[in-house]
Amino acid sequence: MSSWLDKLLGPKPKSAGQAKDRLKLVLIHDRTDLTPGNLEKMKNELIEVISRYVDIDPAEVHIQMAQEGREQRLVADIPLRAGAQRRR
Amino acid sequence: MSATVITISSGKGGVGKTTTTANLAVALALNNQKVVCIDGDIGLRNLDVVMGLENRIVYDVVDVVEGRCRLRQAMIRDKRVPDLYLIPAAQTRDKSAISPSDMVRLCDDLRAEFDWILIDCPAGIERGFRNALAPADMVIVVTNPEVSAVRDADRIIGLVDAEEKGPARLIINRLNPSMVKRGDMLTPDDVLELLAIELIGIVPEDENVIMSTNRGQPVVFDGKSRAGQAYKNIAGRLRGEKVPFMDLEEKDGFLHRISRLFKSGGD
Repeated sequence: MSSWLDKLLGPKPKSAGQAKDRLKLVLIHDRTDLTPGNLEKMKNELIEVISRYVDIDPAEVHIQMAQEGREQRLVADIPLRAGAQRRR
Repeated sequence: MSATVITISSGKGGVGKTTTTANLAVALALNNQKVVCIDGDIGLRNLDVVMGLENRIVYDVVDVVEGRCRLRQAMIRDKRVPDLYLIPAAQTRDKSAISPSDMVRLCDDLRAEFDWILIDCPAGIERGFRNALAPADMVIVVTNPEVSAVRDADRIIGLVDAEEKGPARLIINRLNPSMVKRGDMLTPDDVLELLAIELIGIVPEDENVIMSTNRGQPVVFDGKSRAGQAYKNIAGRLRGEKVPFMDLEEKDGFLHRISRLFKSGGD
């Protein structure tokens, strides 16, 4: 790549950083046996169940794997819609 | 005396398990420890050639388990150090020739006479790994600072935990300090953050390892080798000594800069 293009695009990211980022994701799924596809499916089912009881905005729901040492946990952030209340 | 059984594993092949086993064994024996190592890789034995003892094999571990010889007859003494023995793997059989309970029994028979029993675990997570794990008091996981080795190490660490043999300790082998410096190799901190286990040693990449293995002389015998020194440090840590981690950037250290200063001044 010519040098002016290099300057335009900024320096190439170091390969060690890429290795670390890729490994982080791979290890999370290796450890839990939970594929990204299944995580998405679970999220949709959770939204469906929770929506039966409280009013939530599906677009605002975040469910992800978090890591503390070798412990994995599933962290869900499910904000309720303003004025949400029991439907019955 | 009751030996500590250490299983040296990695998941991925080719990261340096056998080299690590041979060198830790010699380093411990050089400190007057009584050591026996067992090659757990039945069908693909290699600890014998790495230690330089291949010409002295008569019986192997399968002969012991199947009762064709006494345990003592299968133990090859390494005459270069005071108290080091090798029990070789069988070459013409496979991993199913031995069961995890055979390995437990074998180690129990050896415990009274030794300080350390080192088991060189085969690559993979099947029978050979189960055999090597069964008698372990401690598991060392060897990895290289690269994606496939780290991923497989993580798998092994998880399996070791699941078998309640953890926490495993980590050796990062073949670290290339200049690649780390320019950002093209995972740093020890990166690897530790990913794997989240205790580090017991970092072994720098060192041509002397291949040269000494060519000769059947574990690199620990080479007083000048950096990898050899790293293995000696690990052996010290296993014995409970507080050995600081090697400065892998030594060449750029204070003394080197001073000496460079003098050299350039003299030009």
